[in-house]
Amino acid sequence: MTAAFPSPAGTVNERADSLLSGPSFETKMERISDHEMLLNMGPQHPSTHGVLRVVLKLDGETVTGAVPDLGYLHRGVEKLAENRTFGQFIILTDRDDYLCAMLNNWAYCLSIEKLLKVEIPQRAEYLRVIAGEMNRIASHLLFIGTFGIDIGAFTPFLYAFGREREMILDLFEQLCGARITYNYVRIGGVSNDLPEGWVEKAKKFVAHMQACLKEYDDLLSYNPIFMDRTKGIGVLPKEKAIAYGVSGPNLRASGVPLDLRKDAPYGIYSKFQFSPAVRQNGDCWDRYMVRRDEIAESCKILEQALDGIVAGEIMGKVPKVNLRPPVGEAYAQLEGARGLLGVYIVSDGGLSPYRLHLRAPSYINLATLQEILVGWKVADVVAILGSIDIVLGEVDR
Amino acid sequence: MGIIQEKVLPATIYKVPGMADISMTTVDFFIDWARKSSIWPLTFGLACCAIEMMAAYGTRFDVNRLGVIPRPSPRQADLMIIAGTVTKKMAPAIEKLYNQMPDPRFVISMGACANCGGPYYDSYSVVKGVDRIIPVDLYIPGCPPRPEALLNAILALQNKIDATSAARRLAKAG
Repeated sequence: MTAAFPSPAGTVNERADSLLSGPSFETKMERISDHEMLLNMGPQHPSTHGVLRVVLKLDGETVTGAVPDLGYLHRGVEKLAENRTFGQFIILTDRDDYLCAMLNNWAYCLSIEKLLKVEIPQRAEYLRVIAGEMNRIASHLLFIGTFGIDIGAFTPFLYAFGREREMILDLFEQLCGARITYNYVRIGGVSNDLPEGWVEKAKKFVAHMQACLKEYDDLLSYNPIFMDRTKGIGVLPKEKAIAYGVSGPNLRASGVPLDLRKDAPYGIYSKFQFSPAVRQNGDCWDRYMVRRDEIAESCKILEQALDGIVAGEIMGKVPKVNLRPPVGEAYAQLEGARGLLGVYIVSDGGLSPYRLHLRAPSYINLATLQEILVGWKVADVVAILGSIDIVLGEVDR
Repeated sequence: MGIIQEKVLPATIYKVPGMADISMTTVDFFIDWARKSSIWPLTFGLACCAIEMMAAYGTRFDVNRLGVIPRPSPRQADLMIIAGTVTKKMAPAIEKLYNQMPDPRFVISMGACANCGGPYYDSYSVVKGVDRIIPVDLYIPGCPPRPEALLNAILALQNKIDATSAARRLAKAG
């Protein structure tokens, strides 16, 4: 058969590689053979949740290969940490994963507290759990809203993102004065105590949130069109999920009940009664449902924490200035909204970290994309990408 | 919302018996009124500020009531909101997107990162201000700015559009 289009030199993978090197966003679409072409998606694309770029290899409507291109939001925070004092770096962890900044603050402070071997007051531990779980709910609410938009349902966004999430942000504003970047969890404790009447407002919110889950189920979860678009789509098998090092809701959706809050409790999580949300199939719908179930579980933890909160100090005995942790290294991890959020820190006894590394869960979860996209139609790409729930600030760091 | 309700001169209304009212105005006024009442921004988020931009599109702040409807393609957009950190890898793409937008086009730089680098002022991979690559009409301070700040910027942009006189300039140029 004579080729209608001259086939370029090199294999298909080599072509994809060359497309990815250099300022190649110039290339929008490229035909690589009679029936295969490369399609560029991003970095400006409404459904890539930020500035991710994916080069798709298509055979007609079917995806035969996908190469994610990262780094469009690389801000070099790990290097910047070396020029900041230990306290100053907390504000950059806020902006790392900006959808669950509380948990990022917490993970970073946990690693330094491990170095300092400092005792955290009980009240501060409770406040961390309350703030952290609320932030987890806020993050999952954003997922529900944007995932709905990806599939074509706009209304859940107005409820989950515009109503319930704003309620959480109001509570956070009263707690620490910020809507998104909190800087609330500090080394040794937390920055502010609860304002008057906050616990009652929070309890009211938790009750409201539990009632809203039924509303989301009616609107989105069991909507036949939504289920058709997500059930059985983009399956991530258990073995593959473990092999890639996937964590968080994506791993639990594939049937692995790994949840650090249960399996390696940090802080005071061993005090609370809850069961990690697990689903078995590993498809887009299960990844969605795990997050929906996790909101319910977080509400349970919040109820117990708001009831059991103790009085006392909110800050441990940590010097406010000239904080110099002893020479050594520490690794702390916790269950973030997207998976195992780890911070590895090396101190040389100075004012700033000698080296800092963030184990970003979305970066590792994103690696599965090139495998689970293959074989699905173009229309499913957005559903699969949305269900992984990545935050580009964390992927690129 | 229309010309008549706004009661802003130079629009005058003539009553014609047996017909609908006729409004007479200048071309400039009409063009400015049309432009400022339907500012369509490009759906384009970079980092944390994009979440606050989404909140502005959401239920509580509802920027749509100002005629601001997000468009996913630069070819249909009048306004580009640079919401987040501009990195060196992203800069050529932003430049290209700006060039793809039809005239008249406006740029709002939202947040400290887009204004000047913000908390990443000493990073090796961050462009210290989006105004180094494209012209900026309005800067919003804050890290991230609240959605109200974005609403305020849209109102300020409307005032700015109101002050332009495209037809007169065109006539002068011949």
